[in-house]
Amino acid sequence: MKIIHCPLNGPRPLLEFVSAGEVRNAPDPDACSDAEWTAYLFNRASVPGVKREWWCHTPSGYWFIAERDTASDEILATYDAAELPARAGA
Amino acid sequence: MMYRLPPVAGEWIDRSRPLAFEFEGRSFQGFAGDTVSSALAAAGEMTLGRSFKYHRPRGIFSFANHDANNLFQVASLSSGWVPNVRGDVTPLAAGMRVAAVNTIGGLARDRGRFIEWLAPFLPVGFYYKAFHGRNFPRWEQRIRAISGLGRIAADAPRERTPKRYAFCDVLVIGAGSSGLATALSAADAGARVLLVDENAHAGGCASWTGSTASEVGALIRRVADNPNIELLTGTYAAGVYADRWVALVEPSRMTKVRAGAVVFATGVIEQPAVFRNNDLPGVLLGSAAQRLLRRHAIAPGKRVAILTANREGHELARDLRAHRVEVAAVLDLRAGFGGDAQGLDGVRCVAGVVPEAAIAGSNGAVCALRLRSAETIKCDAVLMSVGFAPASGLLSQAGAVLQYDMALQQHVPVKLPPGFFAAGRVSGIYDCAARRQDGRDAGAEAAAYARGGHLGPRASRPESTRQVSHPYPVFPHASARDFVDLDEDIQVKDLLGSAQEGFDSTELMKRFSTLGMGPSQGKHANLHGARILMRSRDATLADTALTTQRPFYHPVPLKHLAGRGFHPHRHSGVHDRHVALDANFMTVGGWQRPEYYHASGRSRTECIAAEVRAVREHAGLIDVSTLGKIEIFGPDAGAFLDRIYTGSFSDLRAGMTRYGLLLDEGGIVRDDGVIARLADQHFYFTTTTSGAANVYRELLLWNARWRMDCAFVNATGQRAAFNLAGPKSRELLQAITDIDLSEKAFPFLGVREGRVAGVEARVLRAGFVSSLGFEVHVPYRSAGPVWDALANASGVRAFGVEAQRVLRLEKGHAIVAQDTDNLTNPFEAGMGWAVRMQKPFFVGQRSLRIHVRRGVRQKLIGFELAPEQVASGAAIRESNLLIHLGEIAGRVTSVAQSPTLGRTIGLAMAAPHLAPPGTPIVIRGSDGRLVSARVVRTPFLEAE
Repeated sequence: MKIIHCPLNGPRPLLEFVSAGEVRNAPDPDACSDAEWTAYLFNRASVPGVKREWWCHTPSGYWFIAERDTASDEILATYDAAELPARAGA
Repeated sequence: MMYRLPPVAGEWIDRSRPLAFEFEGRSFQGFAGDTVSSALAAAGEMTLGRSFKYHRPRGIFSFANHDANNLFQVASLSSGWVPNVRGDVTPLAAGMRVAAVNTIGGLARDRGRFIEWLAPFLPVGFYYKAFHGRNFPRWEQRIRAISGLGRIAADAPRERTPKRYAFCDVLVIGAGSSGLATALSAADAGARVLLVDENAHAGGCASWTGSTASEVGALIRRVADNPNIELLTGTYAAGVYADRWVALVEPSRMTKVRAGAVVFATGVIEQPAVFRNNDLPGVLLGSAAQRLLRRHAIAPGKRVAILTANREGHELARDLRAHRVEVAAVLDLRAGFGGDAQGLDGVRCVAGVVPEAAIAGSNGAVCALRLRSAETIKCDAVLMSVGFAPASGLLSQAGAVLQYDMALQQHVPVKLPPGFFAAGRVSGIYDCAARRQDGRDAGAEAAAYARGGHLGPRASRPESTRQVSHPYPVFPHASARDFVDLDEDIQVKDLLGSAQEGFDSTELMKRFSTLGMGPSQGKHANLHGARILMRSRDATLADTALTTQRPFYHPVPLKHLAGRGFHPHRHSGVHDRHVALDANFMTVGGWQRPEYYHASGRSRTECIAAEVRAVREHAGLIDVSTLGKIEIFGPDAGAFLDRIYTGSFSDLRAGMTRYGLLLDEGGIVRDDGVIARLADQHFYFTTTTSGAANVYRELLLWNARWRMDCAFVNATGQRAAFNLAGPKSRELLQAITDIDLSEKAFPFLGVREGRVAGVEARVLRAGFVSSLGFEVHVPYRSAGPVWDALANASGVRAFGVEAQRVLRLEKGHAIVAQDTDNLTNPFEAGMGWAVRMQKPFFVGQRSLRIHVRRGVRQKLIGFELAPEQVASGAAIRESNLLIHLGEIAGRVTSVAQSPTLGRTIGLAMAAPHLAPPGTPIVIRGSDGRLVSARVVRTPFLEAE
């Protein structure tokens, strides 16, 4: 079983985690068109590569960010969601 | 014929402990330390099984844990009949009863052998050609009747095998000289080492070749003395999983080990030569003969021919002579053998040999080997020593890249993922001293990796120069029976046929021909199969990859894989009270909840009706502790709830509650509950029973994104909750609480904190099941006394989930996930009143704008059956369809016989044009009958 390094709880088995998929920014609901909104809701690129994903350590209810290569299933980095703006901007 | 020799130095058998057993109904004797196969071989039994397809007689072939034709049906003193027991590794036990698998009428007279006569009509890819269209069932029946190996005995006693979890710094797989050296070197570097080997004893090939027995014996003693090394023999690594998680299978348990680093010292698997009748009993691998000789003191035959292409074959001849076995000839496929034949004076050694066919004697076993030179050599055993393939299955599972080395004529790992290392012959290193050096280097590297470090590149790497594998020991015969895969009876022509039909890559050929799909998973077949394929395409193995090898490396008995029946469920704080009241329990969202309470002499329907009447006429009590309960604190708590739920909560007054509807971003109804404001910065709210965990997690995710100034506590398990409902509920509750329950002091939808039965409590005035009702939330540990105080109040009757469903249906309330599904938006479910579209933002709002513009596509309606329909016994159930003009026009989501109204009422999701009250509708019942009903206004029951 895969081991995930939770920024709060350290290395724990995959069994204790759930993922909420890729970190995606919703378009401005008041400015976007219906097409843009439904594209945000239903379309995913699914191109293999390094993605930022939401992961939750369920026993502690802690959500964090994992950078995962979806081609190799290798988790390259995990960090608190507070670091997201800085990391995403970099 | 095979026979037992006088004691051989280092033999694994204990001659002082004879064991009697039975094979195919006859009595035999072996020794402790024998395997099933070796004990039979010692008794001169040459035919141990029948082949899968043609039922040809088969004997010992590899004797290396993957003799696919030596599978047995075995009953021991402690077990019933166990199918597909591997004879080459299963220890003999006293009183064992053994029978061959896959025979019709026993091994000797197997009537299945006539199937071989049909061989011309069973071409490669037969299944794909026959199994389609009208003929499918006919062929399926016939093939099923004769296929399969062992038979499962359904009455065999149940065995439980434990699972163990282990951790180590370095896991070394294979305890031959490379693996032993690896383990010692890693342990010397401070690592905790787990060393596993599938054989009964460590030592690897030294235990059968004898050439380095003393050096390896010294390594084994050092390993035994090293406190940092745990050695598990009789244990195979079955699978390699993510982050170096390895399944180790022992006879009576499975260990799942997490290793800091893994070293594969798995060695090589000897490969056969392919020629006509190479499957006869008595034709076996050279290493198989050596294993029989040194471990079990068994001679392969009285007069032996050796077919070889390497030094190992000549060593085998010397070995046999040393044990007084006559060697008829050493037949070398190579043009010359240089100094390899040293010390074989008096033995006929021939170079440049091409085998033609093995010839069967009257007993079905080999009696001679004919060469292309037309010479026939009389012999009762043919030993093949023509080359090896790496035991690389586990490496492939780990993600290693292997490349065919043309100099070695062997696949070698060229790229290993981080944390994985390989040592010894699996890497193509055959020289003994070089293997030990390779092991020491790998052990040091693995220990460093497990500590988080990394050693630089090695100063030098041992290079193998000696070619031990023949590049193409395949000699097809015009009359076939030149077997490549003995598991599945695949011959050279089958593979060429696959390639001709277009299945000309290793992966396609495997699937079309079933090459390598038998019990040994092609350990003796895949390499030659690929060689034959690539030669037919005028290419080499360097131009292709072998088929992907997946878990399990060896067949794993299902008992190791079966999980325990483990279905945890939750009990509320007053479960014992429900038991005392003779509740009938049902599972809801992981909880055990009372469906209804038994009353003596009453049917289920009568009990539920009585519970409903109690609530309508007096007062009822239901345990709703299973509801999700969440607290939210902080300056942004109200604003957060405004963004999460469809309603408005920042403007909710403290001391009041409001219905909350939770959508997803697509505007679909996900959950609902009651939200109470206890203080300016403190809300307490409920979720559905099954949604509790998900809603809590969802809220945490939203706030991880929004980072608002509020915090959450999941209080689901902290508090018990009971709903006292019915016209007398106020009066009865007032008697045991200090909270003023008068209409003025405690209006509808109010929330108050105070004491109930002396316990600190939150009381919510709710109207889910009845116009008047109070939900009492108390700390979990006080649940019992509070329940008792409420339940013992005059005339109160406990009611269960089923009565609750009827009660709320009478009130016309929809249940999320029962009356709604994954396509239902709030306007369709009649919950539009709970949605404040004018708010600046809430989850799902943007999608609802689209839904509003598009209009509803379905609508939740109330209906009732005509009384005469009920009288005629028409039964409507949930999920029955609404039919309109012959088309499906909706479905029933809830339906019940209302004891209060005396009618059958229900909710249905229907086409909007059917929604106006009074519309006649038709429902197709479960029995197919069409039942007429009428749309009615909800709630069905205005007020009690």
